[in-house]
Amino acid sequence: MLRDVTLGQYYPVESPLHRLDPRMKLSATMLYIVSLFIANNPACYLLATAALLLAIRISRVPVRHFLKGLRPIFMLLLISMLFNLFLTGGEPVLVHWAIFTITWPGVRQAIYMAVRLILLIMGSALMTYTTTPTSLTDGMEKGLRFLKAFHVPVHEIAMMMSIALRFIPILADEADKIQKAQMARGANFEEGSIVQRAKAMVPLLVPLFISAFRRATDLATAMEARCYHGGAGRTKMHPLHYQSGDRIAYLLLFAYLAFVILLRVIL
Amino acid sequence: MPIELKNVNYYYNRGTSMEVHVLKDVNLKLDRGEFIGVIGHTGSGKSTLIQHFNGLLRPTDGQVLYDGEDIFGEGYDRRALRGHVGLVFQYPEHQLFETDVFTDVCFGPRNQGLGEEQIKERAEASLRLVGLGEEFYKRSPFELSGGQKRRAAIAGVLAMEPDYLVLDEPTAGLDPGGRDEIFHVLQTLREERGIAVILVSHSMEDVASYVHRIIVVNEGKIAFDDVPREVFRHYRELEKMGLSAPQVTYIAQALRERGLDVDPLVTTVPEARDSILKALEERKHGC
Ligand SMILES: Nc1ncnc2c1ncn2[C@@H]1O[C@H](COP(=O)(O)OP(=O)(O)O)[C@@H](O)[C@H]1O
Ligand SMILES: [Mg+2]
Repeated sequence: MLRDVTLGQYYPVESPLHRLDPRMKLSATMLYIVSLFIANNPACYLLATAALLLAIRISRVPVRHFLKGLRPIFMLLLISMLFNLFLTGGEPVLVHWAIFTITWPGVRQAIYMAVRLILLIMGSALMTYTTTPTSLTDGMEKGLRFLKAFHVPVHEIAMMMSIALRFIPILADEADKIQKAQMARGANFEEGSIVQRAKAMVPLLVPLFISAFRRATDLATAMEARCYHGGAGRTKMHPLHYQSGDRIAYLLLFAYLAFVILLRVIL
Repeated sequence: MPIELKNVNYYYNRGTSMEVHVLKDVNLKLDRGEFIGVIGHTGSGKSTLIQHFNGLLRPTDGQVLYDGEDIFGEGYDRRALRGHVGLVFQYPEHQLFETDVFTDVCFGPRNQGLGEEQIKERAEASLRLVGLGEEFYKRSPFELSGGQKRRAAIAGVLAMEPDYLVLDEPTAGLDPGGRDEIFHVLQTLREERGIAVILVSHSMEDVASYVHRIIVVNEGKIAFDDVPREVFRHYRELEKMGLSAPQVTYIAQALRERGLDVDPLVTTVPEARDSILKALEERKHGC
């Protein structure tokens, strides 16, 4: 069902990862993604996978939850794998049939691509599962404050992001409700040709858009009523401070990065 | 020919940290032609319960039978079932999507695969029932008032000509005028079509004067299931569940405590009036 959008939603359990400073988790995610692109041999990817699995273990979010989150990107994954498989040239050629050629670098590239994408998505998912949208935004706002010097509207971007993140579960809920209401009126979302199925989406999408606009206006009104006027002069109820856990986490993060680079260089 | 729930249990988010056990061993039998109120505090599981009646939710454990057949059995046509058990969700006006009221009401019967003539007939009949005349047919659903929108949405379900009509908090968020309109519609519905109506509410006041049977849901369990009079006899327990008996019941209790011999279990204003008048009459003759 539509409520099963697990990607990007907070998963409420108690864990050391949940308690980390959001800035720490943001930098870790970013550097982790960088490490995936530094990696260029099986040992690197093995290390990256092991590191992620360990982090997932510590976060106490079930692995099943991550796999469910991967489902929507399955098609994307498949397509990018196929492209890499067939369109990478080089030697030695493994299969050659009509216009299709599969080469050894192609196979390797396809596998690396898939692993990279899966780890990338799971790594970012780990951040959103363990960080509430509010603290994520706080982290972004504080972590990227230096960009203000270049006239980047950091606060506004952070606010937009947090609202967008906050709206994902709300709209998923709403979509679920509307879908059920239309199913109660005999709508059929599961069967039929592609054209029929696309048409069947109209009774779902129209009310969903209307509700999204209504919620957006309500939110804007509510923010105005509470005198929201952007970030200038706004103070925090819970200002962010690094704790000893964050320092340890940074240390582990840099150790991991150093290892990945080392593995790339020596292998 | 009833809807029957047998030992139904339902969990949301089974197997995650957000798991909630919402329905606990629910057994129910709903017959044709009944007028039932389902009452419970917010979060008690009413909405979850009624989504089992037409197979929108599948019990985690237990069975739902319609006319004796398991609706999750092999090859059971649940889409057809939804034509027999019409479900009007809370805030049903949020599901309107067509460019005009009439076409929107036609959505249900069209999904049932009826002929164009029959679809029109049914749409007209149900719009008449909810009191929306021809002048509304070509209006956009989005320019109607709150109460009118809701009645249009109810007509959309009625047009499927269900044997059961289940309404989730049909008066939520309406002004008193809109509420009266809805109750008026339900009353007409019972009189003209004789279909079973199941009314979900968190307010006793709303349902007491209309229904013949009250099902009280408390924390996912059926706490009481009886005629209103018998249910309100337990008004102290109801209060513990965050519910209350209708105000007239309290008035009758208070009068009794002050020595007037009224029936302590009256549930509607007319009943209370008759009982009080009778008690006063008797007292006059007594001394
Ligand atoms: N889609 C859902 N996902 C998770 N929990 C839900 C969902 N819908 C309802 N609940 C929870 O189930 C319980 C019963 O909800 P509901 O059936 O809507 O109660 P009611 O209609 O009596 O207010 C509540 O605790 C609610 O938080
Ligand atoms: Mg409800």
